[in-house]
Amino acid sequence: MTTTSTPTLADAASTSAAAAPRWWEQPWVLFAARRALRLLVSVWVLVTASFAMIHLIPGDPVRGALGPTAPAALVEARRTALGLDDPLPVQYLHYLQGLFTGDLGTSLISQLPVVDVVGQRLPATLALAVLAFLASVAVAVPLGTLLGVLTRRGHGRRTELAFTTTSIVVATVPDFLIGVALVYVFGVELGWLPVAGNASAEAYVLPVLSLSIGPAAILARIVRVEMVTVLEADYIRTARAKRLRARRIHLRHALPNALTSALTLGGLLLGSMVAGTVLVENVFAWPGLGSTIVSSILNKDYPVVQAIVLVYGLGVLLVNTAVDVSLALLDPRSMIREG
Amino acid sequence: MASDHGRARRWRGVLTTPVGLTAAVLLVAVAVLTVLGPVLWGTSADAVDTRDVLATPSPEHWAGTDNLGRDILARTLVATRLSMVLAVCAITVAVAAGLLLGAAPYLLGGRAGRLVSAAVNVAVAFPGLLLALFFAVVFGVGATGAVMAVGLAGAPVFARLTQTLVAQVAGRDYVSAARVAGVGRLRILLRHVLPNIAEPLVVNATIGAGGALLAFSGLSFLGLGVQSPAYDWGRLLYDGISAIYVNPAAALAPGLAVLLAGLAFNLFGESVAKGFGVPVLVGAPELRSRGRAAAAAADAPTGTDGDPDEAADDVVLEVRDLEVVFPTATGTVRPVRGVSFDVRRGEAVGVVGESGSGKSLTALAVSRLVSEDGTVRAGRLRFLDQDLTAPDSPALRRMLGTSLAMVFQDPMTSFNPTRRIGRQLAEVATEHQGLGRAEALGRAVDRLDSVRIPDAGRRARQYPHEFSGGMRQRAMIGMGLMGTPSLVVADEPTTALDVTVQQQVLDLLAEIRAADDVALVLISHDVTVVAEVCDRVLVMYAGRIVEDVSAAGLATRAQHPYTRALVAAVPHMDTDLDQPLATIPGRPVDPAEVPAGCAYAARCPLADARCRAEDPPLVAAVDGSRVACWHAGEPLPDPVVRTAEDRTGLDALDADELVEAP
Repeated sequence: MTTTSTPTLADAASTSAAAAPRWWEQPWVLFAARRALRLLVSVWVLVTASFAMIHLIPGDPVRGALGPTAPAALVEARRTALGLDDPLPVQYLHYLQGLFTGDLGTSLISQLPVVDVVGQRLPATLALAVLAFLASVAVAVPLGTLLGVLTRRGHGRRTELAFTTTSIVVATVPDFLIGVALVYVFGVELGWLPVAGNASAEAYVLPVLSLSIGPAAILARIVRVEMVTVLEADYIRTARAKRLRARRIHLRHALPNALTSALTLGGLLLGSMVAGTVLVENVFAWPGLGSTIVSSILNKDYPVVQAIVLVYGLGVLLVNTAVDVSLALLDPRSMIREG
Repeated sequence: MASDHGRARRWRGVLTTPVGLTAAVLLVAVAVLTVLGPVLWGTSADAVDTRDVLATPSPEHWAGTDNLGRDILARTLVATRLSMVLAVCAITVAVAAGLLLGAAPYLLGGRAGRLVSAAVNVAVAFPGLLLALFFAVVFGVGATGAVMAVGLAGAPVFARLTQTLVAQVAGRDYVSAARVAGVGRLRILLRHVLPNIAEPLVVNATIGAGGALLAFSGLSFLGLGVQSPAYDWGRLLYDGISAIYVNPAAALAPGLAVLLAGLAFNLFGESVAKGFGVPVLVGAPELRSRGRAAAAAADAPTGTDGDPDEAADDVVLEVRDLEVVFPTATGTVRPVRGVSFDVRRGEAVGVVGESGSGKSLTALAVSRLVSEDGTVRAGRLRFLDQDLTAPDSPALRRMLGTSLAMVFQDPMTSFNPTRRIGRQLAEVATEHQGLGRAEALGRAVDRLDSVRIPDAGRRARQYPHEFSGGMRQRAMIGMGLMGTPSLVVADEPTTALDVTVQQQVLDLLAEIRAADDVALVLISHDVTVVAEVCDRVLVMYAGRIVEDVSAAGLATRAQHPYTRALVAAVPHMDTDLDQPLATIPGRPVDPAEVPAGCAYAARCPLADARCRAEDPPLVAAVDGSRVACWHAGEPLPDPVVRTAEDRTGLDALDADELVEAP
């Protein structure tokens, strides 16, 4: 009983503790502070990298963008407009300032503000990524859970082998190849679904499919493995000792624990999905950031490239942070465990 | 030599799996095409035929032609070389950069090392394609830029891998020894660490090469990789997809090529990783091992032999000829081989024995909790007049859920870490007693209070990790009290706890028993604990009960040599602590290799030829005690348990041959 009389970190977690620790000592506050700090540092690294990108390009980026035949005066004018003649620290400061005021510069090619270009293209990409993520989770979690239960210790050796092999093969196929195959089957041969643009609801089907099939296979695999592991745990035996129904044991006791571990890897997957939109958008002529960044790289429209890299990077960072937070909500131990 | 043999065998193992073999064949095909492709089809791939542009597949052009009338199939085959060369270059860049970054923390040490590893951690979080795009901008559009882009984008993953591997190897004794001897870090890295991590690195590089191939074709497909007039698979795909409505084969042929080559690398790498890492369990048909089958026939418990009297009215649990069988890779094992006993209302029965004696499995079996790969058989298994060998039913679950309480060994792992304690208790009431959430939680708080969890209302809202071990074990007992238990089965409930907390838990169990006439089955390897808490003690050895004796008579009236050895091995207040503690020589029987005859014979000072041939039945005496021994009660040759006076024989034994009794 001595353990209860001294206030420990454990006691601090309760919100209604009599001798409640001050609010900033609460584990979740510390957790949030650490996460926020980590996010901030990562964002700074990202911003600096995107700023540095244009300076890492060998030669004069403006000359490169406008071509060797452009008049020197025009090149010089653009350089000045971009502030490329200022000393580096000044440029860096201006860049940061611009970010805070929502000024991402001007496109070298179209002369439009980059913010407008990004704002115009972002929703299509976001819709694609979110739908694909939801689709893969909606398929992978039930599938992985079911297979985990079917292949738990002493069960379903053949099922396990068949599933593992299939999922490895499916996961290896890159999303743009799945896209090409889908275009061929459903667009060219069957003619059922549109293969370009995002004008209609049907137009979403193929891009979302090609983006989500691979991640769904990987995620289902992870969920299955975690499920099999968790079903061996002592607390599952406790749940069985309580004589709960099998469904309750699997869904309420095993699944949350399996998902906790699956989430970390799932987060990486989601991050790669954000980037995966680039290729898929180019297969389906999707009017999003992915097709824009590629054409901008080819046109050497660096301010646009810079901004889109920044947006993608931020997307990945936000996803990772969201994963960490949901991890903490699902498994409170992770708040304390992690440094 | 031995390891070379092992390696050859593992390679054979990899190549004889269907997946490994397919992947290997594909890899060889890719390698052959890389060398011969341009030689064989170089000219036809470049032959322009303006009269036959964008043709669909035909006997002359199996995959049709492109917009200059060039043969797609020939171009796809020729493109193998460039695709492979670029992928290999990229993976080389990735591994080299990854090695540098991964070894840097070890070489630099201190703050600089931490900075590098932090940078790697940040970079790993970004998807490879995003990094590749970044580097593609920096290095410019084209094959060289793409090699650098794909390579550097892959570097963080290899850096992380190297870092982990280096840390593992650097922690080994011989590396520490080298460091103490003053060998420099760089030298250690080159001489000791790198050779040891080469194998996993190569395997991962193989998988990575597949990834690089796919990533490269991705970049080329975007128009950022190989530029015209050169072409790799990605570039062909890029050209092909714009004409997919005219000639789908123009996109499908290079697509298929990328896919097959990528799969070949991936599957080969995975097979090798699996073959060299974890041994694969083969689903062999269940062969019954002959020796064991014979032993099983010999020691089959004979029905009524030594059985307790016909079950009386107040019997809560009735067990007859209980067996638990598990399948193994080579046959089956029977860790519990015919156990019979009764537990009466309010009675406390202890089960003692060494690990592997089958005592925990017996507890699980009478609670219907043996994991599903095990088979439980029993002549009779009844709890409160319900047949526990019957198939699962809601009624049976409700009865067990409310009348049979379990307490497990490790309170740290026996609660679900993601659910609040109160909810975990309340679940019993919502599941079996039809209570609402709030009511059930109220009862949970009440029960936590009754097992003396202070401030139970607040504690109920906490997670298991916020409880100490002793509190968790009490909460576990509280969980059993959610219903109205007639029997508590406690499997080593105090083993994982501090000595000071052990007594609290035992007191609590005794209290519950006294208050409601609840029966208790206490599994323990600790004779002292059992003697203190229980009325009667079952001594188990090698899956059988060898003695059933009253707790009071344990010290003085035990008949079986094993029981007497267990009792003698317990240190007392007057034990001379300058002498080594008493032990039982020999090791416990492996359940997979139970000998014929009495299982204890090999360790028994009284054993004779009959003991080694015939397993003694469990025979009941007039006073109700039971014993399974041909020499029950015979005086033991002195000393039974060897102590300091007789150490000569023991010194020869290995330390692990001495099984310490508590």
